[in-house]
Amino acid sequence: MLLLKDVRKSYPQPTGGSVTILNVPKLEIRSGEQIVLRGDSGSGKTTLLQIISGITRADSGQVLFDGTDLTKLSESARDRFRAVKMGYVFQTFNLLPAFTALENVRLGMTFGRGKYRLDRAKSLLSQVGLDDRMHYRPSMLSVGQQQRVAVARALANQPRLLLADEPTANVDPGNQQKIIDLLKEVCGKESIALLMVTHSDSISQQFDRVEYLDQINTVLTSEARS
Amino acid sequence: MALGVGLTVMVMSISGVVTKSLERNGNVGYNLIIGSKGSSTQLVFNSVYYLSSPVENLKYSYFLEFLPGNGRQEQFAKLGGNLKDPERSGKYAMFTSNGFVIPMCLGDYVGRFRAVATTPDFFNLLKHGDRNEDPYTFREGRNFVEESPEHSFFEAVLGSEVAAEMELKIGDTIQASHGASGDFVHEQGFTVVGILDATGTPNDRAAFINMEGFYLLEDHAAPERDEESGLEKRVTKSDPSAPAEDSPAAMASARKRLPIDKREVTAILLRSDFAMGMQKQINKTPSAQAVSPIQEIASLLQMFIQPIQWALLTLTLLVCVVSAVSILVSIYNSMSERTRDIAVMRALGASRDTVLIVILFEACIIAIVGGAIGWVGGHALAAWASPLVEARTGVKLSFFSIHYPNELWIIPSLILTGILAGIIPALVAYRTDVSKSL
Repeated sequence: MLLLKDVRKSYPQPTGGSVTILNVPKLEIRSGEQIVLRGDSGSGKTTLLQIISGITRADSGQVLFDGTDLTKLSESARDRFRAVKMGYVFQTFNLLPAFTALENVRLGMTFGRGKYRLDRAKSLLSQVGLDDRMHYRPSMLSVGQQQRVAVARALANQPRLLLADEPTANVDPGNQQKIIDLLKEVCGKESIALLMVTHSDSISQQFDRVEYLDQINTVLTSEARS
Repeated sequence: MALGVGLTVMVMSISGVVTKSLERNGNVGYNLIIGSKGSSTQLVFNSVYYLSSPVENLKYSYFLEFLPGNGRQEQFAKLGGNLKDPERSGKYAMFTSNGFVIPMCLGDYVGRFRAVATTPDFFNLLKHGDRNEDPYTFREGRNFVEESPEHSFFEAVLGSEVAAEMELKIGDTIQASHGASGDFVHEQGFTVVGILDATGTPNDRAAFINMEGFYLLEDHAAPERDEESGLEKRVTKSDPSAPAEDSPAAMASARKRLPIDKREVTAILLRSDFAMGMQKQINKTPSAQAVSPIQEIASLLQMFIQPIQWALLTLTLLVCVVSAVSILVSIYNSMSERTRDIAVMRALGASRDTVLIVILFEACIIAIVGGAIGWVGGHALAAWASPLVEARTGVKLSFFSIHYPNELWIIPSLILTGILAGIIPALVAYRTDVSKSL
């Protein structure tokens, strides 16, 4: 479903020149597969997710998603592709504070297939256990509930791939496992591939496949050798 | 924005009322006003609006030249006095045969209101209203007559506002005075025999007295003039050479009318099918001028009212510009707080164009909602002031008195204002770097 080939990303330095932070020769994710991505802070985990999602364009290489090379698409085409094919769960939830839980989920649909499927939005919120909180604004929800709304929003367009950037980092331990269970359950139920960034060993242990960035990013492996 | 649009609507309403009121009042039912040479504007102000200082008078013999048919001879037979060639018809008689002429004498006041001395024809022949089809009707009483058994020549009809403000009723007596200050009040009074229904014209604010009675008031007879110098040889009460039986008071008590040569008129209201030609001819004469009230009022509108309307509209436009700037500043200031929201929308798949349109849309919505509040407020205020405006001008206003098509311009103007106010914040949103903002 997703294949990264020789993906490189550099950023310009304030002092001139540029520094390469990502060089991934190959990374493949199959349909419905659930993967944990681990790496130290600043190792390029978020950059990798942004390249996969098309938010950031790789300097070189290919990001093949169901045969479409995202690096060849224009920015607006990548936006559209992301809206239809991918869901994104952020570390800080990033719910829009002025909108209710239901409106936040429907916002996810706005940029996707362009259909406001109210029944699906309600069903998703029901699935994440927020039947009675649909019309609450984020400020009226607990941290765990906010992240559950974010999960429901990411699933709104029935994506093929769900990208989760440390989704439990800001959640209390009691809720961490609930979020993980929820992600695993809904992705499994809807055959959605899951790529989740985490630092937690206990969470990593619950996944069959764990990728370490210092192994797949040759910039880091060469640094380690030197 | 609400304030700006509210002011704009109010200015349009006021302009509409002023224009309509002037046009209504210009729709007087006669084609020409004839008066002595001088300012045409002053003549219209005097004769139509009863404003401004009085103009010079015309000889009554000149007025007789306009009477249709044998009117000139009949007047001579009725009034007597010195008149050249009394056997002939008026020089303009053939041009007024299908119309009418109504004389008017101005100069006196009743309280703060103008006294208009005229003939009963004023209310018998003239009409008013938008189509100039409404006859003058009386809330109480009747029109005055030239001479009645009970009141002789001294009957009066009051405009609705005069009666209301001075608390006058049928049977009361009013006394005319020289000038608004009322320094000299005529002893002889006029009995109120009629009170007009409100017409929304300046006639609501005038007291109409019988011209025959007016002539018999003290100092109202035309002064005798030295033929060579033209200087007045005014005959006063104290003048021992004045024959007692010819004094106005004596004539009034004897029910004698003032002879032709002692009469003057301030203005002649004329309706004729040949008004254009007559106007040219009259204006060639040395002593008189003819003015078309409609033309004069149109030029008044153009000279005075329209510049004021433009000035007010410019002022309200400035208010709208300030509102647009305030929208810009408020959205722009909120952009730093909303950068993350915009980045989230982008991450969820919104394109740069989408966020640009969202911000522009928001600015337009603010402008339109503000404008709608202002529109409703402006019209509500107009509706609230409607009874007062109607009483003063005769122009009816309602909540839905829309000044088409001017008010329709508000909608595209609001959208344009919204776009102009939102374009800078929208560009900021457009340039948001998602990867840095999340």
